[in-house]
Amino acid sequence: MTTTTLAVLVPLLPFLGSAAGLLLGRTAPGFVRPLAVLPTLAAAVLAVLVAARQGGGKAVDAATQLTPTGSVPIDLALHIDGFAAVVAVLVGVVATCVQIYSTGYLRHDPRYPSYAALVSLFTAAMLLVVYSGDLMVLLVGWEVMGICSYFLVGHYWETPEARSASLKAFLVTKLGDVPFLIGLFALAADAGTFRITGVLGAVTSGALDHPTLVALLLLAGVAGKSAQFPLHTWLPDAMAGPTPVSALIHAATMVAAGIYFVARLLPVFAASAAALTVLAVMAAVTMVGSALAALAQDDIKRVLAYSTIGQLGYMAGALAVADRGAAVFHLLSHGAFKALLFLAAGAVIHAAGTNSLTAMSRMSGLTQRIPDAYWTMTVGLLALAAIPPFAGFFSKEAVLVAAEHTATGDHTAAPAGAGWIVLVAGLLTALLTAAYAMRLWLLAFRGRGAEAPDHGRQPIQMTTVLWVLAVPSLGFGLTAAYLDDWFDGNALTPTLTTAVLGTGLAVVGAAVTYAVRSTLLARTAPPPAAPAGATPVPAAGPAAAPTVAHPDAEAGQVEAEALDLPHPAADPADPGRALLGPLHRPAADGFHLDAVYRAAFVRPVLAAASLVRFLDREVVDTYVRGAGDSAKGLGWLVRRAQTGNVQTYLSALLAGSVVLAVVAVVLANAAAGA
Amino acid sequence: MSLAAQAAGHGFLSPTGVEIAFLLVGLVTLGAALVTVTTRQLVHAALWLVVALGGLAVEYLLLTAEFIAWVQVLIYVGSVVVLLLFGLMLTKAPIGRSPDADSGNRPVALAVALAAAAALVWVVVDAFRTTWIDLDGPAQGSTRVSGEILFRHWVLPFEALSVLLLAALVGAIVLSRKKNGEEG
Amino acid sequence: MHLAYPAVLAALLFSVGLYGVLARRNAILVLMSVELMLNAVNLNLVAFDVWLRDTLHAGQALTLFTIAIAAAEIGIGLAIVLMVYRNRGTSDVDRLRDTSETDDETPTADGTPSADEKAEATA
Repeated sequence: MTTTTLAVLVPLLPFLGSAAGLLLGRTAPGFVRPLAVLPTLAAAVLAVLVAARQGGGKAVDAATQLTPTGSVPIDLALHIDGFAAVVAVLVGVVATCVQIYSTGYLRHDPRYPSYAALVSLFTAAMLLVVYSGDLMVLLVGWEVMGICSYFLVGHYWETPEARSASLKAFLVTKLGDVPFLIGLFALAADAGTFRITGVLGAVTSGALDHPTLVALLLLAGVAGKSAQFPLHTWLPDAMAGPTPVSALIHAATMVAAGIYFVARLLPVFAASAAALTVLAVMAAVTMVGSALAALAQDDIKRVLAYSTIGQLGYMAGALAVADRGAAVFHLLSHGAFKALLFLAAGAVIHAAGTNSLTAMSRMSGLTQRIPDAYWTMTVGLLALAAIPPFAGFFSKEAVLVAAEHTATGDHTAAPAGAGWIVLVAGLLTALLTAAYAMRLWLLAFRGRGAEAPDHGRQPIQMTTVLWVLAVPSLGFGLTAAYLDDWFDGNALTPTLTTAVLGTGLAVVGAAVTYAVRSTLLARTAPPPAAPAGATPVPAAGPAAAPTVAHPDAEAGQVEAEALDLPHPAADPADPGRALLGPLHRPAADGFHLDAVYRAAFVRPVLAAASLVRFLDREVVDTYVRGAGDSAKGLGWLVRRAQTGNVQTYLSALLAGSVVLAVVAVVLANAAAGA
Repeated sequence: MSLAAQAAGHGFLSPTGVEIAFLLVGLVTLGAALVTVTTRQLVHAALWLVVALGGLAVEYLLLTAEFIAWVQVLIYVGSVVVLLLFGLMLTKAPIGRSPDADSGNRPVALAVALAAAAALVWVVVDAFRTTWIDLDGPAQGSTRVSGEILFRHWVLPFEALSVLLLAALVGAIVLSRKKNGEEG
Repeated sequence: MHLAYPAVLAALLFSVGLYGVLARRNAILVLMSVELMLNAVNLNLVAFDVWLRDTLHAGQALTLFTIAIAAAEIGIGLAIVLMVYRNRGTSDVDRLRDTSETDDETPTADGTPSADEKAEATA
């Protein structure tokens, strides 16, 4: 088979699997698991094959036109360069891991068939985005991902959080997609084609008339999909979905799509210094803000969600300094360790029966209950904190190196200001990232108090996947020396300055957190054993037993109960509270951005809606009712004439006859007289 | 021209004896008709109807339509009024004054009737102001003449009419017959 | 003779009959008024026949036909009035108002007369 055929099969297989799963899910439940795992696995293998054949060399281009589509043709095109090949491998591998993990995690879920089919569809859409050589076809995958995220985040639609979170995810990403679509049209109008090769050719030949406008419009869509400030607010709420979905959304698909899209069309963005600066500012604000917010979150998944936003900020920063190699490198390593972190977090929630870090900190023995999750999560957190030699270190260094080169003027593709912004924000975020990773680790695994409840061993599918993902989290960074051939050729290896600076800051952050935690623990009395420690546990206790059947739903219920009851965030030993000081409360609320949006957008829309409602009910309906009432009144009048008395009818009839006769005679006379 | 000549020949204010007789009988007829439709005594209404119909028979005579006059007397006065009287009796119409002989539609009826009368009289007078009937010569409505035209020119409608009368006879019997289960 | 005399007399008789038809309550009186109207038409027919000296004497022939038809009409009409009287106990035309539009549109509103009708039909 040619590389093109293989590449076509990569997105097609999960799509067919999803269609078959949706069709057969009810009638043949035995086929659901194979149909979920096998096409995705095959797609992953084929993606690896495609990557091997492409080999980072010349881009594979193929296109076929199904039907003429007017002035700007739309082709079913493939464009597989090094970026596409490796990102597809990442998507395939992570999706396969998620599917396998889900067979264990959601094995008793009644809606597993539709869930698995949607995950397959999600994967197919992402692979389509990755391989597509035509912007319109890419948009199809882009939007399919949007709707899939809506369905998957709302998987537990019985809970109001999941419902509102799915709606929020959908609406916020759509908010970005509208300018994105306009930007695509503007781009195609300038370039005269939707083909990516054509667009890039137009950029190099300078045929793009409005690069800044196009780039800013596209950036809106990218910010929505990749959860960049100010459209990031959907991502923390999207934690209402099952944990594997979070892993999928955060690691490989959805959020990666935005970064990947910019990487693919980087020349378009690089043509506009303003767009790069905007991107840099956006990335910096996102990075720092999300790291501060992550430090204050109590929900373990929300911590990871904010960390995703921060890491996406790194990638956006790399793009802002026009180094897409570093961005995609970080995307790959982040995909590996974030998938690992989420899946391990799922295991932790499963075992602890709660989402709340505070509740976990009052539990001991979690490490003995789930040793696999403990060790792999430690690996993932080390990678997240960018401690050498874990994967995160190398990829983050690549970003920092790119930023430093731009800042110092070695690279001139991007403005130096953007480089400085990204560099400073990146270093600051490295410090904060290590701090919140340390806090997460301490609270989750170094808790003191009652014994964690025992749910037995984790399913083998889940632990295996964790270890499989731990390998790239550990060693992926070592490929940095080889990967640059696949990308633009910029060196991805770390330099001494940034490595020392970044690692030093990370170590400082982690150490300070550890120290603060130790002091706080020492200062406060040993945690009250039975009564206070029992506060979160009874909430978790009754709910923890059925978590085996419905691990995430039950955890969501526990979380909801914990939020309604006195919040256990009054943990005096939480280092995040001490470190953030007065910033803690706003950071915990995501800097009140939701409230701002509520005041700025939701309230006016609601007010406008009520105005429209008023106009419709009171003004428009008045006419409608008036029409009805007048007809009714006329009917009433006519009805009055129907007395049933024949003489009345006859009187009217004869009177009319007389009148007609008189009129006829008068008219005849008048005619005769004239 | 001719109209003026005719007018000069006859003259409005020089009525002939026939005209005077016609006018007087007409007044009686009209009065009887008015009483018929206004009296509160139902049986009297039928009797006044006899007067009106008889007056009309006289008018027919004055118009030289002898046969029709006698037919009028025979059929209307002889049978129709008798039928009506029978109807009144069978429906247990009150003898004597009945206060509710007129329906509530009376003002409207009066208005319509007056309007119709005004319109008709106006039109008729306007149209036939100067027209005279020549009553001289052989009687146009003698029994012989009527029989000749009836059985020479109108024999087919005459026979068809007999069928209609038969149908009416059967219909009247069917309608007024009591149901099988009813006594008497 | 002036043609206006019979013509005006016929018009007035017709109007009187018209008034009777519209104003009388008893159905038999209404029938009498109808007879008056028919006779007014007859008078017209005879008068115009005499005036025109029609060789076919269509006016007189039609008058005879009208008299015959009137006789048939009065027979049928009286039979109908009798039947109505037997069924309803009255022959007042303004009480026969089953087709009137009632303000209360519930189907039970006209249930009473229909029930009466049924009872009378079975009686």
